[in-house]
Amino acid sequence: MIRFEDVSFTYPGASGPALSGVDLEVPEGELCLVVGRTGAGKSTLLRAVNGLVPHFSGGVLGGRVLVDGRDTRTNPPRELADVVGLVGQDPQAGFVTDSVEEELAYSMESLGLPNPVMRKRVEETLDLLGLADLRHRPLATLSGGQQQRVAVGAALTAHPKVLVLDEPTSALDPGAAEDVLAALHRLVHDLGMTVLIAEHRLERVAQYADRVVWLSSDGTVVAGDPGSVLASAPVAPPVVRLGQLAGWEPVPVSIRDARRRAGELRSSLGSPASVAPPVGAEVMRAADVRVRYGSVEAVRGVSLAVGAGERVALMGRNGSGKSSLLWALQGSGKRSGGEVLVEGVDPASLKPGPRRRAVGLVPQQPGDLLYLHTVGEECRQADRESGREAGTCRALLDRLAPGVPDDRHPRDLSEGQRLALVLAVALTPSPKVVLLDEPTRGLDYPAKTRLAEALAELGHAVVLATHDVEFVAEYATRVVVLADGEVVADGSTGEVVTASPTFSPQVAKVLAPLPWLTVGDVARALAAR
Amino acid sequence: MSGAVHPGAWWLWALGLAVVASRATNPVVLGLVVAVAGFVAVTCRQDTPWADSYDMFFKFGLAVLGIRVLFHVLLGGVDGPTVLLDLPEVPLPDWARGIRLGGPLTAEGLVFALCQGLQLATLLCCVGAANALANAKRLLRSLPAALYEVSVAVVVAMTVAPQLVASARSVRRARALRGDVVRGVRAVKLLLVPVLEGAFERSLVLAAAMDSRGYGRHAGLPTRTRVLTGFLVLGGLVGLCVGAYALLDGGSAGVPVLVVGAVPAAAGLWTGSRRVRRSRYRPDTWGTREALVVGSGLIAAVTAVLGPDLVMPTVPLTAPDLPLLPALGLLCALAPVLIADRKKP
Repeated sequence: MIRFEDVSFTYPGASGPALSGVDLEVPEGELCLVVGRTGAGKSTLLRAVNGLVPHFSGGVLGGRVLVDGRDTRTNPPRELADVVGLVGQDPQAGFVTDSVEEELAYSMESLGLPNPVMRKRVEETLDLLGLADLRHRPLATLSGGQQQRVAVGAALTAHPKVLVLDEPTSALDPGAAEDVLAALHRLVHDLGMTVLIAEHRLERVAQYADRVVWLSSDGTVVAGDPGSVLASAPVAPPVVRLGQLAGWEPVPVSIRDARRRAGELRSSLGSPASVAPPVGAEVMRAADVRVRYGSVEAVRGVSLAVGAGERVALMGRNGSGKSSLLWALQGSGKRSGGEVLVEGVDPASLKPGPRRRAVGLVPQQPGDLLYLHTVGEECRQADRESGREAGTCRALLDRLAPGVPDDRHPRDLSEGQRLALVLAVALTPSPKVVLLDEPTRGLDYPAKTRLAEALAELGHAVVLATHDVEFVAEYATRVVVLADGEVVADGSTGEVVTASPTFSPQVAKVLAPLPWLTVGDVARALAAR
Repeated sequence: MSGAVHPGAWWLWALGLAVVASRATNPVVLGLVVAVAGFVAVTCRQDTPWADSYDMFFKFGLAVLGIRVLFHVLLGGVDGPTVLLDLPEVPLPDWARGIRLGGPLTAEGLVFALCQGLQLATLLCCVGAANALANAKRLLRSLPAALYEVSVAVVVAMTVAPQLVASARSVRRARALRGDVVRGVRAVKLLLVPVLEGAFERSLVLAAAMDSRGYGRHAGLPTRTRVLTGFLVLGGLVGLCVGAYALLDGGSAGVPVLVVGAVPAAAGLWTGSRRVRRSRYRPDTWGTREALVVGSGLIAAVTAVLGPDLVMPTVPLTAPDLPLLPALGLLCALAPVLIADRKKP
């Protein structure tokens, strides 16, 4: 269905190729997962399938890409719209119309399908993706998960033979991600659709894949059976790492396969020694915080006390009030009621300068914080505005992500480097508490591990909002679950995440009922034996 | 939007009311127009995000009224014998002759300014009612197929403004996180670059998305036909615009240019619509209800045109009367309440 024949691609002005010597064949009815480090060219590969690369991006494409027998060199993306449906990284940015129903119909209108067909397909798609209640809703009012489902639906209504998705679950909470993936799984099995997915959160997707394509950083690919390819790739979900550690052959990719092999490991491991993490003196106390936008109450009376060195993860559905709470705690955002004290002072009463010395915040779009032209300038500006000696920010950056060149433009950094820079800027005044909103979006496993280690080493009190259960298991000491703006669970990471399957990391699922959380813990326990 | 009246019908209905408003300075008639437009808008609007736009336009109208009166007080204009207040006049240099700053304020002048302001406000209310009942975007969806590409471009452009505001807000918030309060002229400089950068990136993403979803697809249509259609439509529209301008300007060239423009435009729309291979999901259709809605607006307009003069007498100042025929016509314009109300979801 999709065939890459010795494909190489170089972006205009780039020093090296983004793809080189790619030979790949994806047969019909297969769910194919593309993995690789950040910036390895996953998006480029996906966009080459429908001709956006090179027709839209510019650059030089060598070799040829055939989709359903059509060559992308002679067929621009609009002419391939009936064969390939593409769902981009940010669904909201790709919406053309403004209501759910019209968005679903848009591709069909472009293809000139007759009205009765469109009516039927829109109804089918609404049911397939569980969107029927939202059909008249304006797109802007939908939550992230709903928007993602609409974007998938909008690509589906044209009945393409190939569906290409770029990080379809990275912005979604675990529940919504399951919904989207279940829908995709059904499309592959019921309709024989060919699906190509790029994703960083492999723990969510790998189990559904029939084949994994690993793009290495020099632009070449290795394709094959999920277990064996993931085992050799630098990015792999925890279940694969656990399988490698325990020496299981073939390496399991799904929880089910792993659990069937894990009996021996479970009995030999025993329960982990429970160590209560030391909690320092209280640095932040929030009592009965409320945030209200018009008639909607986003945060309803949340109380939270954070001790020095504590690492609190805020979890919960898309739209459960996590971001609103973080902004209210920092003091720059809206707070309709309640009290926040950081070492006895309300940050909202401070001027922005002293406020960031009390509480630092890294927003969901970290790039918003950067506005100068080079990394070096950003670092010097951060030192100046924090009143710290020159070089403080640069030193922090080198600890978080070594080797970021001073003369690089912040926009040209990789996702992980940019996050490290913003984090360094936020940490320069060494605030008492650091708040992070979705810090792991777009980061691969090695980058996440480094972030976790660096943050743990620096020892600030941290509150982070995230959907990433694996990162939480690796890094957080305490988990607070929000639903509808209220706290529904609050406890140590081990207690909270093992209590519900939605928030469980893979290792906990495999080794349940033993409360092991990460591969690292298991490895240390085995090594100590 | 099942059961909704065609957006074009609402706009024509509002146009009818606007014709009445444009002919009248009589505050009773204008008040009646505002009341009719407001009542229909509030009763017939559906549960849509733009349903509140009547309120917005109403407030905007009040502001315009206030500004008109303020200008009259400051700058004068129509005078009369009844002086209410004698403001001190600011002497102006010779080159500004004809402009007066301050001076006597007369009751006649004030009433005149009030009525004129009210007229503008009423026109705004008509637009607001049309907007609340049928968003301009939905109206654009009903354009002929040959204009499809243009209408999508307009719709996309209309979403840019709210996005810019949202992105300026988030950049400003982020700047506060760096301990920087952005205010005044400096704010424009500091916010402009990131906001425009963001807008540019978003538009590229949108363009890629539209391209992958078949926008501008020609599916085997010969290039010659597409060029011909485009040429006819654009040329015709330019002709129409020039003709309309000449007509309003009172020039003699108006009608011929208008005709010369209309012919290629119609031809272009016809060939385009015949050949464009795209379809429309659940198109809005014209039916009896649409005809009734438009008819009721038309009656109001016709009675106002045929009926007596609707100008508010200011010299001498008398109480405005209520001319019977236009008033009845305006009451006819309430008919959509009876037709469309049941269709509310």
